[in-house]
Amino acid sequence: MADGFSFPVDRTAILLFASAIGETNPVYYDEEHARATALGGVIAPPTFGVASAHWNPRHVFRGVRRIPPLPPSPAAEGAGGAPRPERGEGGSMARILHGEQRFEYHEPLRPGMRLRVETRPGKSWEKEGRRGGTLRFSEIVSEYRDESGRLVLTATSVGIVTGKAVEG
Amino acid sequence: MASNPRAFAGEIAVGEEREALVVENLTRTQIVQYAGASGDFNPIHHDEPFATKTAGYPSVFAHGMLTMGLTGRLLTDWLGDGVLRSFGVRFVRQVWPGDTLTARGRVVAVEDHPSGCLATIEVATRNQNGEEVVAGTAKALLPRRGA
Repeated sequence: MADGFSFPVDRTAILLFASAIGETNPVYYDEEHARATALGGVIAPPTFGVASAHWNPRHVFRGVRRIPPLPPSPAAEGAGGAPRPERGEGGSMARILHGEQRFEYHEPLRPGMRLRVETRPGKSWEKEGRRGGTLRFSEIVSEYRDESGRLVLTATSVGIVTGKAVEG
Repeated sequence: MASNPRAFAGEIAVGEEREALVVENLTRTQIVQYAGASGDFNPIHHDEPFATKTAGYPSVFAHGMLTMGLTGRLLTDWLGDGVLRSFGVRFVRQVWPGDTLTARGRVVAVEDHPSGCLATIEVATRNQNGEEVVAGTAKALLPRRGA
């Protein structure tokens, strides 16, 4: 089942993201510099698409965020929002690891883009892990489209649910 | 697609390598900064009692996506802005506070393309002990110089 939400791209979000990954490249924040390049303006770094999590009402790791509101769905009922780690809740979250991430780029993400993100489950499979028991892999595919419906980014995330804590 | 290339078709060749120190002595502050910027507030990345007592890890650890973002800097600083066609990694090992990471890329294929060339780069990032933390592949569309 496809699941969608809006993702407006703005310069401050790009600045915060670029800063957090230690970027100094002015193409991510200096509009005057970026406009003088063939890009014609500020763009987002290649992994910025994941910051759409802020706008995803179903994002699992919301922290204390109450916006956007959780959608009325069986998954959200009874959960009362995010688990409360300070009460020892959410141990199951620790069993979810990010195994792989892939991006296919069609256009750079730019401030002012009003994107629509549709997510759907991809493949899933199981494997016996040497360190973490049985590992369950599942893909989530997200397609980012602009207002004209043109595909600008495809992101595929592979989650791994482990039997116990995995030490790297 | 508009891009700001730093490497060019006809100049980049199979076997070419690039290495970059992408973070030195990773701080918990940077991990928290990444949580805020990315929207991923999984407590395993910032809540020490949760990470150790509830989850059973030695400490908090970095988001895989932070390591991927750091690794992406090698690619864009080398190849250019807006040139990547794809970028994918496997998260091999956790990255802990205090880690120092070096990303290395190697050109493994260069194919002709109507607007230049499509270069395939194998990329891997290692910690201070030489252990791989992420490994993957990127493809970049590079025009000819002056095109």
